[in-house]
Amino acid sequence: MATQHSRSAARIMIAPAVFLLLVWMLIPLCMTLYFSFADYRPLRATFEAWIGFDNYVRFLSSSSFLSAVGTTLQMVGGILFITIIGGVFMALLLDKQMFGQGIVRILVIAPFFVMPTVSALVWKNMFFNVDNGLFSYLYKWMGLQPYDFLSQAPVFSIVIIVAWQWLPFATLILLTAVQSLDSEQLEAAEMDGAPAVSRFRFIILPHLSRAITVVILIQTIFLLSIFAEIFVTTNGAFGTRTLTYLVYQRVLESQNVGLGSAGGIIAVILANIVAIFLMRIVGKNLDN
Amino acid sequence: MARAVSTKQKVIWTALAWTFGLLMFFPILWTFLTSFKTEGQAIADPPVWFFFDWTLENYSAVQERSNYPKALMNSIVIAVGSTLLGIVIAVPAAWAMAFVPGKYTKDVLLWMLSTKMLPAVGVLYPLVLLAKWLGVIDSRILLVVVLMLINLPIIVWMLYTYFREIPGEILEASRMDGASLKSEIIYVLTPMALPGIASTILLNIILAWNEAFWTILLTTVNAAPLTAFIASFSAPEGLFYAKLSAASMMAIAPILIMGWFSQKQLVRGLTFGAVK
Repeated sequence: MATQHSRSAARIMIAPAVFLLLVWMLIPLCMTLYFSFADYRPLRATFEAWIGFDNYVRFLSSSSFLSAVGTTLQMVGGILFITIIGGVFMALLLDKQMFGQGIVRILVIAPFFVMPTVSALVWKNMFFNVDNGLFSYLYKWMGLQPYDFLSQAPVFSIVIIVAWQWLPFATLILLTAVQSLDSEQLEAAEMDGAPAVSRFRFIILPHLSRAITVVILIQTIFLLSIFAEIFVTTNGAFGTRTLTYLVYQRVLESQNVGLGSAGGIIAVILANIVAIFLMRIVGKNLDN
Repeated sequence: MARAVSTKQKVIWTALAWTFGLLMFFPILWTFLTSFKTEGQAIADPPVWFFFDWTLENYSAVQERSNYPKALMNSIVIAVGSTLLGIVIAVPAAWAMAFVPGKYTKDVLLWMLSTKMLPAVGVLYPLVLLAKWLGVIDSRILLVVVLMLINLPIIVWMLYTYFREIPGEILEASRMDGASLKSEIIYVLTPMALPGIASTILLNIILAWNEAFWTILLTTVNAAPLTAFIASFSAPEGLFYAKLSAASMMAIAPILIMGWFSQKQLVRGLTFGAVK
């Protein structure tokens, strides 16, 4: 039973966190919004406060925007594809009875804790490098011509790096879901002679669908902002420029703040569309 | 799980799981091995595996690079500092939301989470500008504050879910016995909440340690943590695989160990309770 006294105390206790997050969200976002309608290029000392929607029109109609959206979709799609398929597989595998289960789980989860710059540089140099990378040795050993991953298949290479980092996350969450599966139901289906494929299709997959949705939504939000992996591997070259990276280049490299800010606002809107779906699921869960 | 599985089946699953487990772990293992090789062995064709003269020279070489100790120190200050600051702000908020829920508690909580979904590039330039105005660009304090803010929603959320598991009856009983709000927090709540707070700290140190957008873009020299230090290896000079590996191992080893202890918290902290 909350008293009037404890209620006002509660408000005071919540206030600092709410205030800080409000300031953190509103001030920079309003500034970006303001800049997005301005012609602001600090290097040329240009500042015109209001040019209407020019930046948005220019950003949206530029060919680099369309190719950045294409690259972003390819990357996010590719990573989701690998991590969801791989995650379901690994989760089902780790749920089986085996020797050294704890150790295997530790091995599988480890990549998630590697900092992005380290994993990107390790993959770039020690695996993908055309002269000294392990994959090149593997290709030569099989009698094939070494393949220059990062310049010939750059998007695919980055997908591999990031998927390696996020597969543990998908596995861990799907494993949590698999473990809550009612094993009696599965046993009953098995006794009734349901083959493994239909047990997977009609019992396991429906049970996992919610967890899969959550993994897709959370990963999408994080993956839309991939930065370090591109920064240290290709620096946006070879068609690896995502929307995030394009905005970064416009704002900090070419210092066209107005144009970049318009791009930033577009990125915020796109991320929010995904976030709304995620918040709905989280909100529903809060009620029970 | 209750079913008895034949040993043969168990062996098959063991073999399969270990194969994939080692495959996932291989890049880390390979980095570990390479860090003990000479630069020549690091790029030897065919690759050398376990049988070489293990050397520690790469580790001392990296430590002698003038900026490594500084980067390590920056990482520690930024990760620990931002986490502790976040805890100080989040504990009261999460406590209030868990034990004195009001009409809008749920909305506040969801709104806090939604700030976590704001793409960083959307606020990149204003932040750089504000940092320059305030004269804090490339300073530890800036990164402590920024990383605290981006992780605050997760900290509040995790603490909230832990606090909610504490039975409210205990608090009511202590209130009946005349405990003040202050003593209620110190003597009743804190001991029960400590494990949850510790897990939250652990996960957030990991997240802050590995954060690689703001740490790279808001630092140049003085406040650059390990993420930025490692990124400086992206412009290679001569042979550097063994040194890169040593630097990488030093950057990830402490977090890898902490991470293994925080597997369970990871699910709780990063799915916002949507998967139980």
